[in-house]
Amino acid sequence: MQTIGQQLINGLSLGSIYALLALGYTMVYGIIKLINFAHGDIYMLGAFWGYYVINVLHFSFIAAMLSAMLFCALVGVIIEYCAYRPLRHSPRITALITAIGVSFLLENGMSYLFTANTRSFPQVIKTVTYHLGSLQISNVQLLILGTACGLMLLLELIIKKTTMGKAMRAVAVDPTAAQLVGINLNHTISFTFALGSAMAGAAGVLIGLYYNSIDPLMGMTPGIKAFVAAVIGGIGSVPGASLGGFIIGILETAVQAIGLSAYKDAVVYLVLIVILLVMPAGIFGKNVKEKV
Amino acid sequence: MKKWANITTKLTTWGAIAMLLAGCSTAKSNGSSQGNTAGKTIKIGVNMELSGSAAGYGEQEKQGIQLAVNQINQQGGIKVGNTKKKVQLVIRDNKTSNTTSASVAAQLVNNDKVVAVVGPAATNAGTAAIPNMTKAAVPSVSPSATDPGYTLQKSGKVQPYIFRACYQNNFQGSSAATFVTKTLKAKRVAILTDNSSDYGTGLTKAFKKAYTGTVASSQTFQEGDKDFNAILTALKHKKIDAIYAPGYYSELGLIIKQARQAGIKVPIVGSDGMADAKLAKIAGNSNANNVYYTTPFSTKSGTTNTTAAKFLKAFKAKYHTTAPTFSALAYDSVYMIKAAIEKEDSANSVKIANGLASLKNFKGVTGTITMNKQHNPEKSIVVEKLTNGIVKQTYNVK
Repeated sequence: MQTIGQQLINGLSLGSIYALLALGYTMVYGIIKLINFAHGDIYMLGAFWGYYVINVLHFSFIAAMLSAMLFCALVGVIIEYCAYRPLRHSPRITALITAIGVSFLLENGMSYLFTANTRSFPQVIKTVTYHLGSLQISNVQLLILGTACGLMLLLELIIKKTTMGKAMRAVAVDPTAAQLVGINLNHTISFTFALGSAMAGAAGVLIGLYYNSIDPLMGMTPGIKAFVAAVIGGIGSVPGASLGGFIIGILETAVQAIGLSAYKDAVVYLVLIVILLVMPAGIFGKNVKEKV
Repeated sequence: MKKWANITTKLTTWGAIAMLLAGCSTAKSNGSSQGNTAGKTIKIGVNMELSGSAAGYGEQEKQGIQLAVNQINQQGGIKVGNTKKKVQLVIRDNKTSNTTSASVAAQLVNNDKVVAVVGPAATNAGTAAIPNMTKAAVPSVSPSATDPGYTLQKSGKVQPYIFRACYQNNFQGSSAATFVTKTLKAKRVAILTDNSSDYGTGLTKAFKKAYTGTVASSQTFQEGDKDFNAILTALKHKKIDAIYAPGYYSELGLIIKQARQAGIKVPIVGSDGMADAKLAKIAGNSNANNVYYTTPFSTKSGTTNTTAAKFLKAFKAKYHTTAPTFSALAYDSVYMIKAAIEKEDSANSVKIANGLASLKNFKGVTGTITMNKQHNPEKSIVVEKLTNGIVKQTYNVK
């Protein structure tokens, strides 16, 4: 029983990171129907930004995370402007392959410029472990869970309560109609990229602090897992992405807990296949018929 | 639109054909006189993982190689006959890809006409390069390909042109088993294996074969994994005396950190992939306690081994960091080639291979090396113990 509780804590902290990343995938897909494969690498850039400002400029943790969010938002907007905007009217597959290209550019560009070595992240917050009965939870785990939930709520508020959020929802439904009623398409899409990338930046710094190890290829696997999380939750749906992230995190932990660590990735993808067979649009996805 | 699609298809087809052809470039046989011979300079090729997933290790090996070559050239070069010839490095990136490694090997031996090659770092890329190296009769020394089969042909005969500077897995894995049984007196162990590399799986296999106690649990992880809490929480409630975890420092550092934070206090024993100052940095000094690993090269070995002391000093001066094991092994690889050239008094690639095969009592940074019949270096093994992130104690394994 104690072990199950402890494993649940492990699963939730892992899941909150996937959830933060999945939000970026799902928002961008919701708006321009593009799977932004470079998203995992923006998360890597966020971690490196945190590493740099803490080590060189001696930022505090909060300042480092906020600046990483700003920096990643900027990177996200630049990538959208340079790589995806010129392709807005090309076939979807073109943009998809460009996204993979951007991902490779970021990974290998960072390995080339800063070497592929693994670095240890500066520990600006000392780890304190709290004991609740037989359960252990560290302050960093609480911080990750708290920040992730806070950011998700904030995002939900932005989308549901602000004018920009309304514009985003309008563009998601029908970009042409949205333009007709006076919504600036380019601004809305840039804003979406900024928002999603900021989430990834925050996740990067949190992961850096939690695991204390960052490298230029760190975005690859979590990026794919977060994509799976977004698909399971129903791609395009924000609550779905959060839920999907937690499902993947807990699932991965559970598989390792029962001693099948070699199959943890296989199980994640198996669940993906099963869910897509039963609910093709994901848990929260709407099944929209496309008119041809 | 359709026309455009047509052009694209054509372009892709031609591109695919061009790539196929590029993949086909293999080594040519050099006619009557076998192998490559040095001209004014001695060209040594480097077939190394400088990008891709193994780039961290490749980069460290490149540093060791460059340091060795700089030192040799400062002393005038390598003496062949009556003249001293400088060494010229040809460094090429194999991108941690097997196919690229094979074509890099072909390029080095055919176009660059190198007389010997250092690399690749990993067994997989190294094995892919073997046919081209053998065809051109140019020897290669891998600093870190540990798979027992790497230097052997399928029939069990030795590959005539393939050498390595590191231990092979069977030796290291069984030494760890001896250490765990005799010194730590551990009766029940848990094994955590990096199953994404031949290195991790090979060591585990050798360890299991030699270990006489009970293996209470055997779990695996993959390169790049960062979260081990689930495995460790499950281990915490099992009765174990030690954990054997062969792998590289990037993952092992995290395992040590998360194990100690979860309250697992048993000794953690690993392999030479852990012998890096970054291990303690990632784990955190207060967590890096009761950690052991088998290694050919100890940063403490400077006190007994003068070659190592010189190397450590020179490395620190050049790169401002403590030399990692991979750099030390790569450094030795270059000096092994130098010793072979001097011994045979010839910079012909076939002669160098002969020289490497009969290398005896070579004083290297990673120990005194004698090449055995299977082209594996025979050298002693030590176990280092970390206390608060610092190597405080070393053990000899018999």
